[in-house]
Amino acid sequence: MFDDGTPIYRQIADQIKAEILNGSLEPGGKVMSTNQYASFFQINPATAQKAFRELVDEGVLYKQRGVGMFVADDARDRLAGEFRARFFDDVLKPLIHEARQAGISLSDIIDYLKAQEGALK
Amino acid sequence: MSFSVSLRDVTLTYGDTEALSDVDLTLAAGKIHGLLGRNGAGKTSLLSLLAAFRKPTGGEVLVDGRPVWENVDVVSRIALVREGGDFDDTDTVKSTIETGELRPSFDLEYAHKLAQRFEVPLDKKVNQLSRGKRSVLAAICGLAARAELTMFDEVHLGMDAPTRDAFYKELLAEYMDRPHTVILSTHLIDEVANYLEEVVIVDSGRVLRHDDVEAFQGMGATLTGPADAVDALAAGLEVLAEQRLGGTKSVTVGSALDASARERAAAAGIEIGPVGLQDLFIHLTNPDRTGA
Repeated sequence: MFDDGTPIYRQIADQIKAEILNGSLEPGGKVMSTNQYASFFQINPATAQKAFRELVDEGVLYKQRGVGMFVADDARDRLAGEFRARFFDDVLKPLIHEARQAGISLSDIIDYLKAQEGALK
Repeated sequence: MSFSVSLRDVTLTYGDTEALSDVDLTLAAGKIHGLLGRNGAGKTSLLSLLAAFRKPTGGEVLVDGRPVWENVDVVSRIALVREGGDFDDTDTVKSTIETGELRPSFDLEYAHKLAQRFEVPLDKKVNQLSRGKRSVLAAICGLAARAELTMFDEVHLGMDAPTRDAFYKELLAEYMDRPHTVILSTHLIDEVANYLEEVVIVDSGRVLRHDDVEAFQGMGATLTGPADAVDALAAGLEVLAEQRLGGTKSVTVGSALDASARERAAAAGIEIGPVGLQDLFIHLTNPDRTGA
């Protein structure tokens, strides 16, 4: 279920972020409890708690004492903004680097992207 | 209430053999701790001291802040389950389980529920059970003790994979249901790694490392790439293992890489990979390793 490379709590945090981005967790919606996460993934509850703590620190979730964890109202916009900010450096740059190693020119890439945009419209 | 554990400058000798030497170790209450070590490293000795099965030759063993030796109040709320269960073989399963009622917090109903779930026949004698079922019976007695400090010493031995899986699940459910301190001693590290919060590695009677499980997971890295570049990057780092295949070299280092090392690795075409807890354990407890 988890890959070895990243700490599990970060993988859980990333998964929750992905669910917020794709809309399956809505702003203001309640997130499963630490224990529910722990028994679903079969992990130590402290690990799940670490994921939640990180998300609370980042302002993605907020805690209502005695009630549970909820998705912050601006979480989706904020996450989308963060993704936009790192998209070119973190996603596109390594991709272009790899493409160049394989002998794919920048204009080939641009042509492909333009064609895709046409196809997606 | 969960029990904390503290060993201060503890030594344990059997005749001429020193099983534990100057052990200083504090385990926080209410967590699941993994106790890892090779055969003969001192795991069972350490757990025996915590359960007051043995008296330390030197030093202090405290549970819940109190000396554990001959302390009935504390000991009755500690459960140490050893492989095989320390049972009277001629007893029936039923009366073996009922012996647990000597403990103040033993939950007979829960024990019966587990016996049914894990298909341990109550009417059979302990010596009629298979090795696997015997281990299950030991695990059941440990879970149903509902102790403040529960220790499982290689209790998985003899259990098949589905049974081990069901046992870990039950252990986690019981732990979440009722906060208490758990120590799991095991060789099957990768199987239990996700259940642990802290990990203690003992080696040759000493505590080699003690840290959060995440710290262990970030403790090492494998560097694979052109041999010269890998050597240059690994220079000054603690090298745990290395192997070579043609011009490619793979090195396992025992420390995390900082951002600048990661950048240099990327620039030099070196792949950085993770080191699993089990691999790290194997490297750290390798007797050929220098500076251990």
